[in-house]
Amino acid sequence: MTNRPRRTLKADTITMAHGSGCKAMRDLIEDLFVGAFDNPDLNPLEDQARFDLAALSAQGGQLAFTTDSYVVDPLFFPGGNIGTLAVNGTVNDLAVSGAIPKYLSCGMIIEEGMAVSELRQIVQSMRQTADAAGVTIVTGDTKVVPKGKGDKLFINTSGIGVIKAGVNISAQRCRPGDKVIVNGFIGDHGAAILNARGDLALDVELKTDCQPLHSLVQAMLEVCPDIHAIRDASRGGVATVVNEFAESSALSIRLLEEALPVRDEVRGVCEILGLDALYFANEGKLVAVVPGEQAEAVLAAMQAHPAGRGSAIIGEVLAGPAGRVLVQTGFGGERILDMLVGEQLPRIC
Amino acid sequence: MKFVDEFRDPKMAKAVLEQIHAVIKEIPKAQQQPLQIMEVCGGHTHSIFRYGLEQLLPKEIELVHGPGCPVCVLPMGRVDDCVAIAEQPDVIFTTFGDAMRVPGSKKSLQQAKADGCDVRMVYSPMDALALAIANPDKRVVFFGLGFETTMPSTALTVKQAKVQGIDNFFLFCNHITIIPTIKAILDSPDMYIDGFLGPGHVSMVIGQKPYEFVSRHYDRPLVVSGFEPLDVLQSIHMLLLQIRDGEARIENQYKRIVPDGGNTQALQAVAEVFELREFFEWRGLGSIDHSGVQIREGYAAFDAEKQFTLPNLKIADPKSCQCGEVLKGVIKPWQCKVFGKQCTPETPLGALMVSTEGACSAYHSYGRIDAVNM
Repeated sequence: MTNRPRRTLKADTITMAHGSGCKAMRDLIEDLFVGAFDNPDLNPLEDQARFDLAALSAQGGQLAFTTDSYVVDPLFFPGGNIGTLAVNGTVNDLAVSGAIPKYLSCGMIIEEGMAVSELRQIVQSMRQTADAAGVTIVTGDTKVVPKGKGDKLFINTSGIGVIKAGVNISAQRCRPGDKVIVNGFIGDHGAAILNARGDLALDVELKTDCQPLHSLVQAMLEVCPDIHAIRDASRGGVATVVNEFAESSALSIRLLEEALPVRDEVRGVCEILGLDALYFANEGKLVAVVPGEQAEAVLAAMQAHPAGRGSAIIGEVLAGPAGRVLVQTGFGGERILDMLVGEQLPRIC
Repeated sequence: MKFVDEFRDPKMAKAVLEQIHAVIKEIPKAQQQPLQIMEVCGGHTHSIFRYGLEQLLPKEIELVHGPGCPVCVLPMGRVDDCVAIAEQPDVIFTTFGDAMRVPGSKKSLQQAKADGCDVRMVYSPMDALALAIANPDKRVVFFGLGFETTMPSTALTVKQAKVQGIDNFFLFCNHITIIPTIKAILDSPDMYIDGFLGPGHVSMVIGQKPYEFVSRHYDRPLVVSGFEPLDVLQSIHMLLLQIRDGEARIENQYKRIVPDGGNTQALQAVAEVFELREFFEWRGLGSIDHSGVQIREGYAAFDAEKQFTLPNLKIADPKSCQCGEVLKGVIKPWQCKVFGKQCTPETPLGALMVSTEGACSAYHSYGRIDAVNM
């Protein structure tokens, strides 16, 4: 196709034809997707992207591979849209292994009737987000489902990254005495989505924290190659990640409630609805477990990085009780912080 | 955050705690066996666990977590009725969020939604009325539940529906009233409660007067309490002073919200729309006389119980469930035979495991490590 001009998409809305394998689908793919993603790995439109193994292995010792699917209502919200999530989310799943993200795939399930202008906007912000994160979208797929069989748009992205030799980040490596660090305000994304749905009509400015984290992780590894564990605190929030740490390592984690960075606006939303920001989703926050003696150095490196300005030490790893997370309240009292049983539901009064 | 952080100030809390520790030493009775203080309201229970207050109190005080969690005490049969309404054609069933998960005998509303029913979470009954106006070809049913705290907003919504002539809005009324239940607890032969923390937001509506029988007839003190940790601690201190001095009065710690006489306008709206039921079934406590309200005849057109066919079956709590004894302070949550075994927040058998405000659920997810590991 490099020898002829790209096809253009003239339709205003997506119809079943755009997923049928006919010319309409070629219009959609060439105009919207190739037009936006535009790179030599994708442009030939083969069924797969192909990588030079030698070039990859020159960059590190291990390959990291991950996948994630993105469903969000509404599709657009303050600070981003489903496309920015789909890129940064998978970039971050790679990043927290210590990997440098390289390539993404993009699978789209579009509901019939979606406005082409909205889809175009989402695809374009995927490109911008990918550029900012230093990854290319090299392969993809499109399906259209009948009206009512989807929720406007679902995106799946898989990602490949390269981990430098010697890096070994794993939840099982937490040790007693390790410190727990988060890279800034927690709960912004969850609160922003809740507010963007409009049911609450709250007059607050809340923005998603969606951002790529790989460069922050590299900066952390620079000062402490022996970081024990990192996870991004997306769905289920910081509470879920620290519970996973405690469970995987059969140790205990104690968080200090007063040390948790939570914006007043987010606290306000939590107060009104009886929710807990520790369970709110984040899209640009990681929780790291680092050896105690190196915690201050890692913290300083994080605070010096744009994605970690608000970093704080929020707790520590203890020997027991195994698998439990405790929160020390401002009063010196203690409570268990468990995983959520179901989704977090607003309380009645 | 203004108007919140002031009531969570650790330094102030420490000062109040020191006073509590000092007063308890002056109460000889407490030295022989712990004083039992019941916090009536689920909001208090939540705060006590959220801030880890229980472990900061002297060992001479035992907190008994009362029945004031409207989601917990909802009987299974009523949830079955909700599901039956939601399953009817052209119905949008609306509910507060935390009622979604309450198990019925067959399924919860959350499961009904997954099975294809149009169940929607709303933040206020007015949201449900707005849905009815926006969907004239649907029947929109609001699941009204809660104590006097939420009753006025439901009453005002029904009144609005009548004024605006909305004929596709219905209320499934499960509102309950706390006073007869406090009385039932006081009348129970195995009751040991020495004093009560009275519900703050209920009292904002009903005022203090309805509690007078607690001191007059049962010789127990009651302090209407706010929900922030300092509120709870100060209220406990006020109770202890009364117990020390051999008094039993009704006091109001939550003066910034609770007027002595309550909220007259809210009470008027409630009285206009609702009347007492002969009895209402409580999960864990059984049937209690005059403990629920129903919609008056003048508003029958909005009454889902009259406009829909309901199974209306009484589903007994499982035999192994000891919620009633926990509610009355006879046993602690973790002393129940099924606590943490058959009965967990994932698979609640009894009322108190259902909502995060329920005592057993709170112990299970927030609880003291020593208690949970017992």
